Amino acid sequence: MSLNNEEFRPKIVAFCCNWCSYAGADLAGSSRLAYPADVKIIRVPCSCRVNPMFILRAFEKGADGVILCGCHPGDCHYSTGNYYARRRMTLLFSMLDYIGVENGRTRVEWVSAAEGVKFSQTMNEFVEKIHSLGKNVRLGDLRCRN
Amino acid sequence: MQELISRAKELLADGTVARVLGWRAGDLPYNPEPAYFTTAEELENFVYNGFCGANLSKYMIEASKLEGKTMVCLKPCDTYSFNQLIKEHRVDREKAYIVGVGCKGKLDIEKAKKLGIKGIESVSGAEMTNAADTLTFQTIYGEKSCSYAEAMLERCHVCKGKEHMVYDELIGESKDTKDAERFAEVEKIEAMSPAEKFAFFQKELSKCIRCNACRNVCPACSCRKCVFDSTKFDSAQKANVDSFEEKMFHVIRAFHVAGRCTDCGECSRVCPQGIPLHLFNRKYIKDINELYGEYQAGADTESRGPLTNFTFDDCEPSIVTQR
Amino acid sequence: MQRIGVFVCHCGSNIAATVDVKKVVEMVQMEPGVVHAEDYQYMCSEAGQAKIAAAIHEKNLTGIVVCSCSPRMHENTFRTAAQRAGLNPYMVEIANIREHCSWIHKDMEEATKKAVILARAAIAKVNLNTPLQPGESRVTKRALVIGGGIAGIQTALDIADAGYEVDIVEKTPSIGGRMSQLDKTFPTLDCSACILTPKMVEAAAHEKIKIYTYSEVEKVSGFVGDFTVDIRKKARSVDANKCTGCGVCQEKCPSKKAPSEFNRGLNTRSAIYTPFAQAIPNVPVIDRDACLKFKTGKCGVCEKVCQAGAIDYTQQDEIVTEKYGAIVVATGFDTIKLDNYDEYAYNQSKDVITSLELERIMNAAGPTKGHLERLSDGKHPHEMVFIQCVGSRCSDNRGKSYCSKICCMYTAKHAMLIRDKYPDVNVTVFYIDVRTPGKNFDEFYRRAVEEYGVNYIKGQVGKVILKPNGKLLVQGSDLLDNKQILKEADMVVLATAIEPEPSVRQIATMLTASIDTNNFLTEAHPKLRPVESPTAGVFLSGVCQGPKDIPETVAQAGAAAVKAIGLLAKDKLMTNPCTAKADELMCNGCSTCANVCPYGAISYEEKEVNDHGIRETRRIAVVNNALCQGCGACTVACPSGSMDLQGFSNRQIIAEVDAICR
Repeated sequence: MSLNNEEFRPKIVAFCCNWCSYAGADLAGSSRLAYPADVKIIRVPCSCRVNPMFILRAFEKGADGVILCGCHPGDCHYSTGNYYARRRMTLLFSMLDYIGVENGRTRVEWVSAAEGVKFSQTMNEFVEKIHSLGKNVRLGDLRCRN
Repeated sequence: MQELISRAKELLADGTVARVLGWRAGDLPYNPEPAYFTTAEELENFVYNGFCGANLSKYMIEASKLEGKTMVCLKPCDTYSFNQLIKEHRVDREKAYIVGVGCKGKLDIEKAKKLGIKGIESVSGAEMTNAADTLTFQTIYGEKSCSYAEAMLERCHVCKGKEHMVYDELIGESKDTKDAERFAEVEKIEAMSPAEKFAFFQKELSKCIRCNACRNVCPACSCRKCVFDSTKFDSAQKANVDSFEEKMFHVIRAFHVAGRCTDCGECSRVCPQGIPLHLFNRKYIKDINELYGEYQAGADTESRGPLTNFTFDDCEPSIVTQR
Repeated sequence: MQRIGVFVCHCGSNIAATVDVKKVVEMVQMEPGVVHAEDYQYMCSEAGQAKIAAAIHEKNLTGIVVCSCSPRMHENTFRTAAQRAGLNPYMVEIANIREHCSWIHKDMEEATKKAVILARAAIAKVNLNTPLQPGESRVTKRALVIGGGIAGIQTALDIADAGYEVDIVEKTPSIGGRMSQLDKTFPTLDCSACILTPKMVEAAAHEKIKIYTYSEVEKVSGFVGDFTVDIRKKARSVDANKCTGCGVCQEKCPSKKAPSEFNRGLNTRSAIYTPFAQAIPNVPVIDRDACLKFKTGKCGVCEKVCQAGAIDYTQQDEIVTEKYGAIVVATGFDTIKLDNYDEYAYNQSKDVITSLELERIMNAAGPTKGHLERLSDGKHPHEMVFIQCVGSRCSDNRGKSYCSKICCMYTAKHAMLIRDKYPDVNVTVFYIDVRTPGKNFDEFYRRAVEEYGVNYIKGQVGKVILKPNGKLLVQGSDLLDNKQILKEADMVVLATAIEPEPSVRQIATMLTASIDTNNFLTEAHPKLRPVESPTAGVFLSGVCQGPKDIPETVAQAGAAAVKAIGLLAKDKLMTNPCTAKADELMCNGCSTCANVCPYGAISYEEKEVNDHGIRETRRIAVVNNALCQGCGACTVACPSGSMDLQGFSNRQIIAEVDAICR
């Protein structure tokens, strides 16, 4: 491990559904509601498009936190997508917790197109949480090579 | 066993089935292997004893494509897998003549070995007909014995019950061997600190040699092509330039079978490294039961699996941190 | 290998002030596949688009990445530009370096770094893009308007006048909506019914308009151009074809104790009723909860007196299934419940009323036949107090955060009308602000103050107390004079906040139209597409989108109609090519994908395949591209990963993840 005193800058991947959360992020942008640059957004059509493999992939590639944002339950553009996403993510997050990955590294938040403030607040909170957890080493080291 | 053999001969003779799917003796006294039998002569090699743990339902995927019916021997727990395969259109019920075979718990030779029984030359007491309580081993170090229950597979201690979920006829008596709580092991891990949990799984998963035995034996892993072998996820990294597959294989595999896994325990049984792989699957089952209501995959052939279903007031993923 | 061009937009200073665009250009050139990179002041301008076209031609580009504003803004612009230059439009990806970067970050170095990463992700994705071809779908040339108030009526009339069939579904027994309950309208003081009823009659008589009253939308399936809607026609218990509308049944009905919805519960109506005299259709309904025949089995008076034999106690709800190309939501509003505002004594005193109730009291067809009187004792009031912003502009969660927009004006109207008709009544208005932006609005308000002597007090009312003598004591503050005020009043009128009609949430869910936390439907763009929902084929008319007065509602209704007409005028629509697709050789035929598909777009076929020399017949998932909307639920449900989403494929998303985490 290198001994540098550089400030920890987490890598955070945010999956946002096109119809609500991505638009909410756009609104946060046009309203100039700042959140840390550590958050990078990937646009997906719906929260139900997010395969657990994407999340595990992100962690394995060095992400320190992954957040999934979708339409509020009941408001999904495709009617039911976020309900499936909700179950999938609940089970996946539970599994990650079970294998000892700190459960604050994953989060689901429902953000509507009108909730720019909520989007920004959520991202600020999430980044803060990841700061408190520090660098993600566990998933990257799940199979000890030694 | 004799009753099974004679019935198999009858069914072959009267043309009901074209072949029989069962077990025959292996190289060692405790490793019978799945086998097809097409004649009465071949059936002389048929065995059915306490070491016949293999779940034959997955073989029916290929057998469903063959001409004629196949008589398949299924233990009570195997029938859940068969039902699940019917639900997923992977087997053809019409192509199977299911003989529900009796079961009083299957044996794990590793358990016996752990008891110090080594150099085994022959075993008695493992026959299904005589409900012996003791297993007697002739070893190169002399005769040794242990109780039947002591050498049972982990899964038999949490037996789902002696009822067959699907069958054409039943042969032999079954016994419910449940003497432990199904989720006790999972609960033990849940109670650990994150660091302890991680240390536990890191130790177990580090043993994995990626032999794919768990995947090959698993009746839920019935994909024609596994995502780990496909280029569609960039996860097939045979050159090992990428460790994604290495690290995430078991986590992803468990998710792929979540809601479909019947908890047949074959993955743990076949793992040459002795990794308790069922702990992943059983965690999902426990969560599903607790969060979405009791669900047993393979108990029927119609119901929607928990991951292809939802209710409007399902819990939020944040429940994970709140429990 | 793709040949990718990257175009970095300054967006004037919107991007360039925080992101070093030159640095982004320099950095992305090192990315695999990138053969061209440049920056420009305004990529969306004609000159900017020309630059893209020129680069496509000169460098033989196979894909482009535009680093600019949100794809929700200009993705279409750049796709079209690429298409004009001969590139498949789906070979374009946008890196959102404005809304998601320059506008929210202050530090230039940090923002530039992030912009480079976002560009890398887009480049990684475009490397895996494949040309996609949109399909075509048909358009059913008929529109559905949900809600038969002034918004719905106007929209329906405009669509029908353009020559298209329109159906109106109204849940109450008559069209007319809130406007039919109003007495006069501001700022002209027109009689509301006098200007509304001709429109109602016109709609009813229009050969292209079909009106379903006492009906509700039950189920919506399909998509733009091809919606299938189930409409529940609730049992009227009266045969509309036989009824002559003579009204005898209502006169003779012995059960007259049901609260009148039309008069806001201020008086009662018969169990068999039409809501108001000018109701359309003029066919009564039996309120089965109030009807003696339905409650006790004994009665049947209406059946006996009906000369036309129109009464039918056995009538059942009927489900009508219709196809529509466009759907306009015009569900309107209601006033909020005042349960959170006990301090105004609304539930204690009959003389504390809402403004909408005052409309009914002032109306000649209302509970007091248009006489201004106290509902508690029928006495003529001498002191009236109006309280503004009850539940509007609320900073806590008791009420609504928004301004209801119409209250300032209708209060000025009420004050003026009362002072005009009853000069002996003193009128006091407590207000936070008086907002009068609108044609002739401020002049109207000033007339109320200057000509009619209405007493406006800037300040809030803390409490209304019911005194033993039946009078009301209003405790308020005068912020301009900085003093407390105690005022005795005979009647208090609350300018109660309006909220979207509560059933709109269910309708939005059925239509998969976005809705905000206040239950207002969301526009596709707040400024540029204010009458369209983000859900294609769904349009917004009236207050369901946001508070507005009658002229604004009518204007918006017309705008929604034009958008619907624009859609209905097309014979075919281009469908989104980002649909799911199963890899035949990998599909297990397990049906998991079909289970989660909300559109029923996946079916199974027994298909002959050649899997590396093995020829066999397999059960394989087949996606109907006309039905698939591209959500991707199936792709995650698919255990083998055979099902993938074009345009958002597993590999593309993983490439983005990798690029971000690199």
